Formats: sequence, structure tokens, C-alpha cells
Amino acid sequence: MTAEATTEKARIGAPSIAGFTEEGEHLVASKVDRHHSHGTQVMASRAERLTSHDVADFALPNGREEEWRFTPVRELANLLADAPTDAGALAVSVEAPDTVAQGSLRAGEAPRGATLVPADRAAVVASANVDEAQHIRIPANAELDQPVRVVLTGSGAGRRTNTHHVIEAGENSRAVVILEHEGAADHNGNVEVFVREGAQLTVVSVQLWEDDARHLAQHDAEVAKDAVYKHIAVTLGGKIVRLNSNVRFAGEGADAELLGLYFADAGQHLEHRSFVDHNVPNCKSNVLYKGALQGKGAHTVWVGDVLIQKQAEGTDSYEKNQNLVLTDGCRADSVPNLEIETGLIEGAGHASATGRFDDEHLFYLMARGIPEDVARRLVVRGFLNEIIQQIKVPALEERLTEAVERELAATDN
Amino acid sequence: MSTLEIKDLHVSIETEQGTKEILKGVSLTIRTGETHAIMGPNGSGKSTLASTIAGHPRYTVTSGSITLDGEDVLEMSVDERARAGVFLAMQYPVEVPGVTMTNFLRTAKTAIDGEAPKLRTWTKDVKDAMEQLRIDADFAQRNVNEGFSGGEKKRVEILQLELFKPKFAVLDETDSGLDVDALKIVSEGVNRAHAEGNMGTLLITHYTRILRYIKPDFVHVFVDGQVVEEGGPELADRLEEEGYDRYAKGAGAAAAPAAAQA
Repeated sequence: MTAEATTEKARIGAPSIAGFTEEGEHLVASKVDRHHSHGTQVMASRAERLTSHDVADFALPNGREEEWRFTPVRELANLLADAPTDAGALAVSVEAPDTVAQGSLRAGEAPRGATLVPADRAAVVASANVDEAQHIRIPANAELDQPVRVVLTGSGAGRRTNTHHVIEAGENSRAVVILEHEGAADHNGNVEVFVREGAQLTVVSVQLWEDDARHLAQHDAEVAKDAVYKHIAVTLGGKIVRLNSNVRFAGEGADAELLGLYFADAGQHLEHRSFVDHNVPNCKSNVLYKGALQGKGAHTVWVGDVLIQKQAEGTDSYEKNQNLVLTDGCRADSVPNLEIETGLIEGAGHASATGRFDDEHLFYLMARGIPEDVARRLVVRGFLNEIIQQIKVPALEERLTEAVERELAATDN
Repeated sequence: MSTLEIKDLHVSIETEQGTKEILKGVSLTIRTGETHAIMGPNGSGKSTLASTIAGHPRYTVTSGSITLDGEDVLEMSVDERARAGVFLAMQYPVEVPGVTMTNFLRTAKTAIDGEAPKLRTWTKDVKDAMEQLRIDADFAQRNVNEGFSGGEKKRVEILQLELFKPKFAVLDETDSGLDVDALKIVSEGVNRAHAEGNMGTLLITHYTRILRYIKPDFVHVFVDGQVVEEGGPELADRLEEEGYDRYAKGAGAAAAPAAAQA
């Protein structure tokens, strides 16, 4: 569904005020209409989406393709070209506890490429242009007391960079891996994640880019038996960011959570796509993306695909997107897609809600003595905190809370 | 001792049919310790008066004045009015996404007092006030008014009244939609706040039943944007028996059409 707040005025004085209108449904034991999300073209099952390691398989998109229709592809020519990283365009630093093994993987060198098979032009040209993928391996049974921190710093707007990270969490290990993106670049970043049996891994991808950065990303994970995977995308900076977070399972009893938080200002395009492929029985997934928008031309997109395959009996899955529109002139696109091929599941649900912080909310808070800027901050902070508090790395939570405050301060003027 | 003084207040709103005058010259003086009931049929402008005092942007004051101890209230923004000591218990409290009651109450108290409340006593004050109003403890962790029933929302308004300790409380049809038990609980809350002796109350209501629990010193009857009769508590008793009909018939040409509509 698409919520546009460009013309809608707050309904002042109405007896009940629309805060959040929520649309949700539980779809159990039924094969549902796969394409009830107002697609511009009939899309085949998500399972039939092309994936390939070969650049030649992906033509340059023109923006009319289902998977590109929300994205300003005309501004992405530099990122979609089959081109190498510009010399010195990106600095990558890694901080990790000693137990973590670091190395590199060439194309075709296992396990690189086993889980991440590019699903669009950006990912395929990134893969093709990374000779040595950075390999971060948490040994079996290791329990990291500190997160692994990978900082990627772009040296300037328009400079092309490609990366491919392979993160492997060994059996029964516990770890948090944080990828931080800062500076500016035209960055194509692939992240490939293996969560081995019984492991618990959290991957946090933080986009604190400068205003003129562009970033396309495919993050694919495979979650083994009884493993727990959490992926958290936090996107505050950048001119255009498009991040695909995908997960599938390699054994029963696995649990995947795909979370996201974004805050779009004037002129920013922040797009998040998630895909949970329930290809194995008795796995759980939960998807929650929350976004705030403010300023003219702020555009966010969330497309959440969940596919419950015929053999995936006992699946329990839920996905939700919530957006909070703070000013006129923003646009939040939100498209939940749920495909269910078996009725023998625990649950499958989706919801999407786009609410507006309107004059009535503001009046209520101000009538209690709270100044306008504080009121606005109070609402947004509370709304986004639900995701931030999932990170469980206090130092990072604090930094992100501060970053959200700075975003808010930008409109107070 | 504080005084809230409303003088010859004229208020209009914009409608699709153009500008409409709702209040047609209202004068009223409320002092600390007094309870004034404003009664009248639907559409008579009672809620407009409440919202105008609080500064709702929908209402335009075309002439007249509102002052609080001589300070011009109409010059103040909505939050300034609240900090000056005016509290509006709303008829339809809105749900505020993303903000827990706990966080909201503390933020508002801090804004009103100009300093953060002492954490230990504040937590206890909130807990006690919630208990007295029979509000479940888990409400503190829920978002402001989100998923609350109509009666719960009204109790939460009175919770704020008790915690924020305003100089003047305007209760906009706080009794509507409440069952007898809830009405009693809410009234007790208002009476507790009043008993502290630092508050004047403007009680807006359609029905007389809340006046069994909250005793007004003065009763003003509102018809068609004007006060048509004033008196003591005995006037409320008369209204209970006779209703508003006689004002519709006898209050003159100006009042008749509006009352008929209502």
C-alpha cells in the first residue's frame, strides 16, 4: 500500500483522530493472492526471481521492473556499471576479539558464493568486482564478549566502491557483528552470512553516510538447524540507500529476525527490502521495519516478501512495517507480500501501518506544557526505540539514539 | 489566589460554508477555590469555550479577552498556557504513538514545573494517583491513550490533573461516556485536586448527574454561544427537572434557531 501525505491535512476537531490505521490479517491454511500489493506488473513467485553470479544475466534496469520500480535508477548509473573500485575510494577497518579469524576468499572459494547469489544488477557487479572478499569467521563455541566492528569509510561522493563480506558464525557460537558505513561513496556492498548449527548471530548494518552517498546492498544469510539470526538495518544517512536483507534456512528449528529502522529527510531515498524464504519446516521468522519521514521529497520504501514453501510445514512467520510521517511532502511506500504454499503452518501474518504525527497529537502534548520541538522528539524517539533497543550493544544504541536526535534537530529550525 | 477572567469573548471557526461564529460574547470570572459548571444543550458552544481557553488552533478569537491574573492568555502558545497553569481535560483524548505514559507524564511534569520531578517521590505519586483512579499499573508502560477505552482515557485525563496541579482546570464533558462507577472515581479525583485549595474548576457538562458528585458554586447556562442564565447550585436542580427546552422557547430570537437544531 502507498501512503502519501502530500495533501492530506490533519482532521482537526474530529471526535476520533486517526493515529495509526492498521491493516493486518492472518493468513493460515490458504493459498493467498500473491500480488495484492498493487504491483504495476504481474510478478511471478518470489521463488522464481532470477539469481546468478554472471553479470551478463542482468541487464541494466530501466526502473519499470518490479524490483526497481520505486528506485531512482537514473541516478544509479555509476553503481550499476560493471566497474572496479576506484583506487583509495574506501577504507575498511576491522576491530575484533582475538578469537575471530580473518582472511579473504576469492570468487569460487568456499564458502563464498554459496549463500549469496546476486539477485539484481547491483549485487552482481559488486560480486564480479571484488577479487578478495573479506572473511570473518567466529569459531565454533566461541562466545564473543565484544562485537566485531567493521567500519567502511568512503572517501568521496561519486567514487565507486565494491565490497563483499563473508561472515561465518561457527556452531554454537554467539556474536554480534556491526558494519558501519560512513563518509561518502557510490558503494555496492554484498554481505554473505552463514549461521551454523546452534549459533546465535546478530548482524547490524548501520548507514551513517554523508548526504551525498549512494549505497546498494544485498545481505544474504543462511541459518542452520536451531540457529538464531538477527539482522538489523539502521539507515539514517545517504542520498540513496537500497538494502536487501534476505534469509533462508538450512535446518529445522531455526529462527530469523529481520529488523530495520530508517529516518528519511528531505531529498533522501531510503529503501529496504526483506525476503524470508521458508524453505525448511518448523522455522520461525519475524520482520519489523520502522521508519520516520520528514521534509520535502523524503521517500522511503519497504518491500517485505515472505515465501512459505510447500515443504515448510510448521512455519511461524510475521512481518510488519510501520511508518511515521512527520511533515507534509513525504512519501512512504510499504508493500508486504506473503506467499503461502502450505496450509500446515503455525502462523503467517503481515501488517503495514503508516501514521501521521498530526496537529491533534501535537495539540495534546503541547496542552500538557510540552514545547513543540520536545513533543516531536518524544514521539519519534519512542517510535524508533523499539528497534534500537534490539541491538543490545549499549555504546552503539547510544550513538544511534544521538544520531536520531540530530535528525530531529534538523527540522526544529 | 488566582483569577481566570473571560471578557466578552467572540470565537469563530472556518467551515465549508464559511466563517461561523460560535461564541457570541461570553464573560466569566473564575477564582481559586471556585467550581463553575457550564451547562447547555449540544451545539451551544460549551466545548468551543474549553478548547479556546486551551488554545486549540481551530478556533479564532475575533474579539474579547482571556486573562490569567492579568496576563493575556490569548497571546500565549498552547504549551505556554499549560505552563501558566491552565489544564484542559479533553473530551476526546488522542492516542499518541510511540510515547509511553511514564515518559509522557514525566516529560509534561518537567515542562510544567520547569524542572524534573524528584524521581523517588514522583514514581510514588504516579503510582498512588493511578491506584486511586483504579488505573492498572501496566498502563504506565503503554503508549499514551493507545488502546484505552473511553472511560480509561477519561481517568487518565484526571490522573494528569492530579499530578500536574494546575491553577485552573477545564473539564470538557469529562462525564460523557462514563458509567456510574467510573463517574464516581473520576469525580473523586477532581474533588481531591480541588480540596488542595489551589485550583479553580470550570466543569463543562451536558448532564446534571456529575453535579451529584462535584458540587458547583456557580452554574451558567449556555445557549447559542451565550450565557443565558446564571445562578447557584439550585439552578442545576431546576435544569434536571425542566431540561433546556424553556431556553429554546423563551431565550429570544437569537437563541431559538440554534437550540432547535441541537
